[in-house]
Amino acid sequence: MSDQTLTTRTIVGLEIHVQLQTKTKMFCGCPVRFEAPPNSCVCPVCLGHPGALPVMNGQAYRWAVLTGMALNCAIARHTKWDRKSYFYPDLPKNYQISQYDLPLASDGYFEVQVGAGTKRVRIRRAHLEEDAGKNLHDTGNCTLVDLNRAGAPLLEIVTEPDIESAEEAYVFCIELQRLVTHLGVSEGVMQKGQMRFEPNVNVAIESQGREYRTPIVEIKNLNSFRAVRQAIEYEAQRQTAAWRENADYQLGTVPNENRGWNADKGVTEFQRGKEAAHDYRYFPDPDLVPVEVSDVMLEEIRAMLPELPIARRRRFAEQYGLSVKDAETLVEHRATAELFERVVAGGAPAEVVGKQLVNVWLKLANDRGVAVTDLGVDETRMAELAKIAADGTVNKTAANQIAEIMLSRGESPRQLAEELGLVQVQDMDSTRRWVEEAFTANENAVRDALQNPKKMQAAVGFLRGQAMKGSGGKADPKLLGELIEERLARLRTGS
Amino acid sequence: MASSLDEAAVRHVARLARLKITDTEATLFASQLSKVLEYVEQLNEVDTRNVPPTAHALPVSNVFREDVVRASWTTDQALHNAPDGHDGFFRVPKVLDQESS
Repeated sequence: MSDQTLTTRTIVGLEIHVQLQTKTKMFCGCPVRFEAPPNSCVCPVCLGHPGALPVMNGQAYRWAVLTGMALNCAIARHTKWDRKSYFYPDLPKNYQISQYDLPLASDGYFEVQVGAGTKRVRIRRAHLEEDAGKNLHDTGNCTLVDLNRAGAPLLEIVTEPDIESAEEAYVFCIELQRLVTHLGVSEGVMQKGQMRFEPNVNVAIESQGREYRTPIVEIKNLNSFRAVRQAIEYEAQRQTAAWRENADYQLGTVPNENRGWNADKGVTEFQRGKEAAHDYRYFPDPDLVPVEVSDVMLEEIRAMLPELPIARRRRFAEQYGLSVKDAETLVEHRATAELFERVVAGGAPAEVVGKQLVNVWLKLANDRGVAVTDLGVDETRMAELAKIAADGTVNKTAANQIAEIMLSRGESPRQLAEELGLVQVQDMDSTRRWVEEAFTANENAVRDALQNPKKMQAAVGFLRGQAMKGSGGKADPKLLGELIEERLARLRTGS
Repeated sequence: MASSLDEAAVRHVARLARLKITDTEATLFASQLSKVLEYVEQLNEVDTRNVPPTAHALPVSNVFREDVVRASWTTDQALHNAPDGHDGFFRVPKVLDQESS
């Protein structure tokens, strides 16, 4: 096919596995721990020993329902557990406990912001299952098996194929991560495998008034958002090229297949065809009794539903006049968003609080590798700092300095400002003196500021910095700027 | 309706279960398993038109456990009955087929 005028549309459905952050596994009391010594979090149940009986983790079930609610799903009032049989060493029972025909949630949707628009992606179903263990393949003629992860609770979420580009899939995955971390049901750390994405991709090709569809490819091994985007982009191009090469490359004619993402080469690689459809021989697990979800249980779970990230971002921008970017940063973690509102409730102006949280407190927290709520500075003291910055008691530089000192000292920000001599000086004479000193000591910069158009802006900035330094950080930056401009204007006119 | 299991079906199930069976065994198991099915088929004689389908015989539901950690086995205990182990891992013949879910 050499037709250049064809138009293509990427079709993507996502299958996402989310590891719930319960303390224990889905069906036994073993802890769920990442990087524990191999086979140190196992017991007869998750090792699949004969006679061992599984018991449901109530927390995992409630969190799964909560997530289903957040995804606008219908919550099943009656569900059961099924055995999905397959034989692989990471699954010691030779079956995985899952939900087959009665998933706990179905028929929902999730809306994400793509560019300027809102994209609605329908959710086909969400169900709970147990994770498998880990196989290590790189040891000579053997495979090593660690079953610590076997039995960890996994929420599998399946979307309808409503996603129409790699970018939409990318945004969807990030937004879903925000959702589950906001709900507090998962840490959502990709590097720890707590979220795993498997896109099903094919392409609708329109050529000369006809539509062709390529076979559906399921992409495995995606462990970052970037990989999700790259793999889908790659796959759409590969499939379109394959169809151009051979018009028989079509859904129904060529079998669907699984391909693995090779991040080093940036390509997908064939894993296996799907013509030999898996025969999982699902049947109800006789060891586990069904779940009946009562009205009371539904209401209890619904009461746990917090304001969701997208709604909260919008509200922060509208109600507090924050920039979209700052609102996004603050809502990234639920704890930060809630801290922000507590600080504002302490009577500090929202805009200043927002700026200080984003530019100062979050930065200090990141540098120390802790959460902003673990800095040891509570909302009352954060509010005090915002207040003295807002009313001009201290300037921005001084506020930053004080924030850092507040990490190790318990005095109020105002006391610290006074003690460290950081209270902003509004006095005209002193400010003029700092400007004079900066001009006298930096003749070159003064010359550039007056005569060199290329360096003018930098030179003025430099002089302002020097004058601020001379003031010991106490000058009012606005007044300082005005006096510098005034002095330069006088030099220009030679007065 | 009498169901029976032919040799092809036996081979299919054996392959799914990763079991190697001989032709003689396939013939033998086909006849044995067919007899098991025939036996179970007696249940078809019961009129179940007015019995709602259920996955369970017990009138019990919602057996939940608190999310509280209970002591696990030690690694030594876990590996105690395993045919082979290495550095705390179970050691099994090399698996090449990437067929985990």
